Formats: sequence, C-alpha cells, structure tokens
Amino acid sequence: MDLKEKLVSSFLAFENQVDVDSPIHDVRSEAIKTFEEKGFPSKKEEAWKYTSLNTILKHDYSVFPKQENALEFSDVKKYFIHDIDSYKIVFIDGKYTSHLSQTTHDSMDVCLMSAALAKPKYRLVIENYFNKIATKDSLSSLNTAFSSEGAYIHIPKNKLVEKPIQIIHFATGNESAVMLQPRNLIVVDENSHVQIIERHQSLTDNPVLTNSVTEIYANKRAIVDYYKVQNDNENASLIDNTFINQKQESVASVHTFSFGGKLTRNNLNFFQNGERIDSTLKGVTIIGNKQHVDHNTLVHHIEPNCESHQDYKGIFGDSATGVFNGKVIVNKEAQKTNAFQANNNILISDKASINTKPQLEIFADDVKCSHGCTIGQLDESAMFYMRSRGIPEKEAKALLMYAFSNNVLSSVKIPEIKQRITKIIATKLGVKIGFDL
Amino acid sequence: MSKYTEDDLREELKTKEYEYGFYTDIQSDTFPVGLNEDIVRAISKKKEEPEWMTNWRLESYRHWEQMIEPEWANVNYVKPDFQGISYYSAPNSKPKYDSLDEVDPELLETFKKLGISLDEQKKLAGVAMDVVIDSVSVATTFKKTLSEKGIIFCSISEAIRKHPELVKKYIGTVVPQKDNFYAALNSAVFSDGSFCYIPKGVRCPMELSTYFRINQAGTGQFERTLVIADKGSYVSYLEGCTAPSRDENQLHAAVVELIALDDAEIKYSTVQNWYPGNAEGKGGVYNFVTKRGLCETNAKISWTQVETGSAITWKYPSCILKGDNSVGEFYSIAVTNNFQQADTGTKMVHLGKNTKSTIISKGISAGKSQNSYRGLVQIHSRADNARNFSQCDSLLMGNECGAHTFPYIEAKNKTAQIEHEATTSKIGEDQIFYCNQRGIDTEKAIALIVNGFSKEVLNKLPMEFAVEAQKLLEISLEGSVG
Repeated sequence: MDLKEKLVSSFLAFENQVDVDSPIHDVRSEAIKTFEEKGFPSKKEEAWKYTSLNTILKHDYSVFPKQENALEFSDVKKYFIHDIDSYKIVFIDGKYTSHLSQTTHDSMDVCLMSAALAKPKYRLVIENYFNKIATKDSLSSLNTAFSSEGAYIHIPKNKLVEKPIQIIHFATGNESAVMLQPRNLIVVDENSHVQIIERHQSLTDNPVLTNSVTEIYANKRAIVDYYKVQNDNENASLIDNTFINQKQESVASVHTFSFGGKLTRNNLNFFQNGERIDSTLKGVTIIGNKQHVDHNTLVHHIEPNCESHQDYKGIFGDSATGVFNGKVIVNKEAQKTNAFQANNNILISDKASINTKPQLEIFADDVKCSHGCTIGQLDESAMFYMRSRGIPEKEAKALLMYAFSNNVLSSVKIPEIKQRITKIIATKLGVKIGFDL
Repeated sequence: MSKYTEDDLREELKTKEYEYGFYTDIQSDTFPVGLNEDIVRAISKKKEEPEWMTNWRLESYRHWEQMIEPEWANVNYVKPDFQGISYYSAPNSKPKYDSLDEVDPELLETFKKLGISLDEQKKLAGVAMDVVIDSVSVATTFKKTLSEKGIIFCSISEAIRKHPELVKKYIGTVVPQKDNFYAALNSAVFSDGSFCYIPKGVRCPMELSTYFRINQAGTGQFERTLVIADKGSYVSYLEGCTAPSRDENQLHAAVVELIALDDAEIKYSTVQNWYPGNAEGKGGVYNFVTKRGLCETNAKISWTQVETGSAITWKYPSCILKGDNSVGEFYSIAVTNNFQQADTGTKMVHLGKNTKSTIISKGISAGKSQNSYRGLVQIHSRADNARNFSQCDSLLMGNECGAHTFPYIEAKNKTAQIEHEATTSKIGEDQIFYCNQRGIDTEKAIALIVNGFSKEVLNKLPMEFAVEAQKLLEISLEGSVG
C-alpha cells in the first residue's frame, strides 16, 4: 500500500480519536478529500519541478506513533537555545511532553493546539483563524486533515512578550519510520511583539518525515520575529508550510537556517493585507552530501505602500542540490510597493547543483521591484590575500563563506541564536574559529 | 506649450492604428481548410519535393497528432482551430520571377506600402531580400552577387530541389520534428521560407533579409528558415513581418534553425510587427515561433529582436552552446499595448567549456497588455568556466498592464558564474522633472527615457533595421525619436 492510500485509510482510525462533532472536523473531512483528489505533488507540477518526493515517500511510515516516549532534559539540552530564559513547547513523536515544556496562560496563551481545539474558551479564536490562510494544496490539506496537535500561541493586544518562545519537535525513532504532522497557530494582536524559534530534531537513524503547517497572523502594528533552525540528521525530511497574514503596519520576519536533513522543503507564504507593511524573508543554506534544500517563497502584495525584503544565501558542497523559487506578486492596487529579492549561491563541488527561479508578477505601475540572483565561486584573489597572510586554506575558505552569509545573520535579533548559528556554520565548514574576530 | 503627459501618451498608444493593416488583392491559390495526411502530401507535391521530404513531413504530422497544445505560457487566448485554417496559400500570378520587372505590380505596391521598395533596395546595394507572402517566397534579390561568393540564398523549396544534400543534412537537427507542438506542426506543413548557406571562410558582403507577410484571410503561415554558416564564415540576417488587420486571429507558427559551425558567426535580427489586434483586443496574429541556434567550437550566435506586434507572442530564440568557447547572445525589446500578450525570452544551454552567454531583455507594457520574460540558463556539468549575464528590465505605463519575469537558472558546475538581474518600474516623476527643468518638454523626456531604456538592444541591430525598429518604437514614442 503506498503512503497516500495508507494516509487516506488511517483517516478513519483518526476519526475515532478526535471529536467528530466539532466544526473543525468538517474542515478536516474537506481537507482529506482535497488530498485524496490531488495526491502528493509530482515533478510535473511547476512548483515541484526541481524537487522529487519519491525517495522519501517510499518508506512505510507509521502515522500514529506510540504514545509515550520519555526523554531526559540532559540528553536533549543541546537542541535548545538553553542559555536564555524562554517559554518552551516540546513535542516527542508528535505528543506534548510537559516536563520539558514551559507554557503559560498568564495574560496570554502559549499552549497546545489540542487544548485550543477542545476547550470552548478558545472557540472564537479558532473559528476566526484556524485554516483561514493555509492554501488548499495537497500537503497543507493533508496536514489539515490530521491536525490535532501543535503549538497554539495567542498574544493579546499591547503585549510585549519578554522572552522568546521555543517550539521543538523531537522524533525518537522507536518506531521503524515515523511521519509527523504538527499544526501551529500563532495569533499576535495589535501592538504586540513576539519572538519564536522553531526546530525539528530527529534522534534516530530511522527515516522521519515531518509535514508541518504554521499559520501566523500579525495584526495591526504587531511585530513577529520567527526563526527556523533546520539542522536535522540525514534521514529526516521536512516539508514546512508557513503562511503569514499581515495587517496594516505590522512587521514580520522569518529567518530560515537550513543546514541538515535529507530533504527540506520550505513553503513560505506572506500575504500583505494592509498598508505600510514590512516583510522580511531571509535564509542561509549550507549543505553537503546528498542533501536537498528547496526554498519556495511567495510574497503577495495586496495593498499599497508596503515593502518586502528577501535575501537567501546558499552554499552547496558534495552532491547537494539547492532550489530557490521566489515569487513576488504585486496586485494592481498595490501601488508604491517596494519589493526586493536576492538569491546568491556558491557551488563548491563538481557534483553539487543549484536551480533558481526568482519570479516577479507585477500588475501595478508605480512600484520598485527588483531581483538579483548569482551563482559563483569563492574569489581566488581573496583566498590568495588571506593565505599570503598565513591563514590556512580551510580557515580562509570558511571566513569567506561566513562573510558571504553574514548579511542574513546580521538581522537576527536574538544574540544567542546568532551565536548558535555561527557555531553550526563553523562545524559545518569543519573549522574551529569563532568568526567573532 | 500644451502639456504632454504620460496620460496623453497612453491615450495616443490606445488610438494609434496599425499602419500595415492593408490587404492586397492578389489572386491566390489557397488550399481547402483542414489538415490531414492528404493535405500534407498535397503541399509536398505542390512544392515538387522529393520523396524523403514528403516522408519527413508525414513523420512530423504523425508526431503532431500525438501531441497536445502546451499551456504553460503566461498567456490567455482562444485556442486556434487547427482544422479551421488553410495550410497553404500562394500568390498565383506567376510562380517564378527572373527580374523585378516581371513581378505583379500589385505586389510591388505592397512592398512600397511596407516601406521596402525592391527597386530602391537594389540601387542602395544594401540588402539582399527574400520576400515571403502567404507562405511562399516570391522574390529573391541579389542572387547573382551572392552566388559569386558561393553563398546560397534562396527559398527553402528551391533549396530542397537544388541542394538536397545540405537540407537533408541539417534540417531538423536543431529543432527536431517532435520538439514541441508548433514545431511539429510546422515540420509537417511548412510551405516555404528562406534557406541560406555561407561557405567556409566567407564573410557575407551584405545583410540578408526576409520579409514575411500574411495576406490571405483564414490562412496560417508556416515558414521554415534554415541558416548554415560553414567554418569561419559570417552572416547577418534580418527578418521582418507584417499582416493585414482582420477580425479573426491568424496563426503564425514558424521554425528557424541556425547552425554556426566552428569559428562561424551568425547575427539574426527580427523586427516583428504582425497585426496586434484592435484596441478592443479583437483579431491579431498568434505568433508561436520556435527559433534555435547551434554553436560549434568558437562559434557565435546573436539574436536581436524587436517585438511590437502580434496578439499573442510565444517565442524563445535559443542558443545551444555545444562547442568550447562558443558565445550566445540575446537582445530583445518587447512592446505590448492594448490587449497584447507576450511571453518571450530565451534559453541558453551551456554544454561546452568556456562558453559565454548574455541576455538583455527589455519589456515595455502599456494599455491592458501582459508582458512576460521567460528564460532558461542551463549549465551542464562538463561546461567548465561557463559565464552568463542576464538582465531583464520592465517598464510599466498605466496600472492595467502587467510585467512578469520567470527566469529559470540551473547550474551543475561549480566553476559557473551566473548573474541575473531584473527590475520593474515606471518612468519616475523625478526623471521627467529633471528633464523639464533643463528645458526638455515632457513628450521629449518620455521619448528620451524610453529610448534610453531600449538603447542597449537597439544598438545591436544592423543599421538598416535600427531605422525601422526606431520607426516601430515611434508607436510609443510618437515623433520624438531622433
């Protein structure tokens, strides 16, 4: 039985576990139908031209992981940004684990999707926001159909959340292969500010497939700062679908750091539903071996006077492949839009490859839109300069690559994350220098 | 001084009529509508073709039957009814002309209207011409001068009869019969086109030129051009097109194949001005063209195009850089107005080492038109030190038009150096103000800016064509190009 059939038939089993009378269940039933119709995307679809899911779909994933899998904090401490105080929502094999987490209901809600879906006091928010901006493509629909657990964050008006929120998903691999479908909902009301860090980590050599959907609502003048750290092991694959709806004068930024995983696909979608909005999408990708990272971004400018900034850097070694597919749509009404998109890549091996497609679709005339894209190598004269001053080849290379990705790092607002990323980059490049020269 | 604003310009663009929309009443010989194997055979017979050609056409036809029309382009249109058009139409006065004096005077009148008096051309000693009306080549000038150098420049039907070895060797090598839907259709039914062969080491002394015109109603034009530049030779080739104004959509599906052998250079320029349809978007030519060139070692192919006409344009002149050190270039200006839709760009396929390609594409959209750039830069794993530079800029006039870019960049070699840049903007008020301040009125200022915007491409056109291209741009610049 292939994975699609398996998923469709396990939906019946899933119905036994959840409350089928809630209005959410209609959404789920609708979604499974959409998935059944469309199936997994194939390379024939334009958006999946350069990424094939075939190799990761052939495993026999268990859709409902066994219930309890305990982890000791000391074993997984290194996956947290542990040197800062933060709220934590931690899941092990898709199940919430309270002893690693730190949630709150004190003047805001940082808690669980399962609770939010079940309890009446969240009903209004769920009705207004759940599955409202996620697109109806097959993978998001699949997630919607099985949506039951994930992070639920609701920040009310005029609230500055002092500490960041970490959302971490662990896969323990006690099963042979596991498929996880976390569903996150983040609502940030007027004038509020929040910082969120998301990470998916597999602790096993068994294959793990995560198909995650995150919906983020940044209301009037809200500030949302989101970091995705993707440094998973090489049997773990991630399909991340993130949808961000922005209201007027809100500021949202998403930084994606992709260093690991077998296949990583980031579908990042921004919808600007208001004036004077600012959106930032940045990413650093450094991969090797046979890894594959695909960034698929969309910024939809719907109203006037908005800005968007995209900056993706990629370094590809060994037989790694990279894909960047960035799309900017400017509606007819969205005059005075400022949209900027850049994608720079370095290939450091003969077998590595990169496919990039920066797209602009513009229907308004009074706009400034530009995109730039480059593929190149490390500058030999710069290498020579450093080597002639006694810096070994490896370190010199690492320095250049770090400098190359520094543009993205410089806008990271949590210093601890910046340090952590710098460290990961150093490990990735196999050097012991700290770059804080 | 009355103030000339961008709105006035837009208004003018809207109302400006298609100048070449006349119809010449020439008796012509038209096939019944529809397409089947018999029609393909009949076309082949009419052209007195040898059997291998007939079979080649039939093979293409069979492929075509299996294919479906592509839908990926960013254009919306009513699909043509392929059984509703006539696949062959020829002026039937007299098939062959030995000198211009024998040419039907009506035909000469047509050329005069087109602004290409053959007489004048002859005296100016500038351009050798092949004129194709409704699919059939009617006149080729300067044959004698060219043949002294060993250059073959004639209609493709003549080439099939007189130089079958060359045609057989090269036709379909760059654009295979089953390359795509329209190429397959063209391979089956092409009625005429130009053929050009430049022998080893010869530098063609003049510009070669073909003029295409669709005259008859309800016909499709399917011409095939084959240009072969043998080792070390050089040729500059020009192509121009017009059609009468008609309410129905006419189909134009051409195939152009260029072959540049070692050290050869081909420069191919097009001024495309098919009837774009009226201001309400009715009528106009569907222009579905496959153009591709193959570069051997050290060869160079340069495409320059000025696209102002056609209701729908679907055209991607491409270069396959097969030989080491070969060079591919693509310079394009695409102007769309009213309800025109253009999806145009190029493919640069780098196979050889040290290959270089340059892409400069300028899109100007006005009215309710949609203008897309779609390009592919592909660096294969053995193409060491490949270099590409792409730049596509769009200028928008009015807020009902759209400009889109779809660049595909695929690199499989670490030594590749690729740059891609794209910008979209309108004519800035500050730019106009700057000009006004220095005593340049708004009309001139707009002209100046649009001209500057397209200059990089206009400069690449040969002299004879640059003049005409500027004339065409006048549609948007109105009397201020100088």
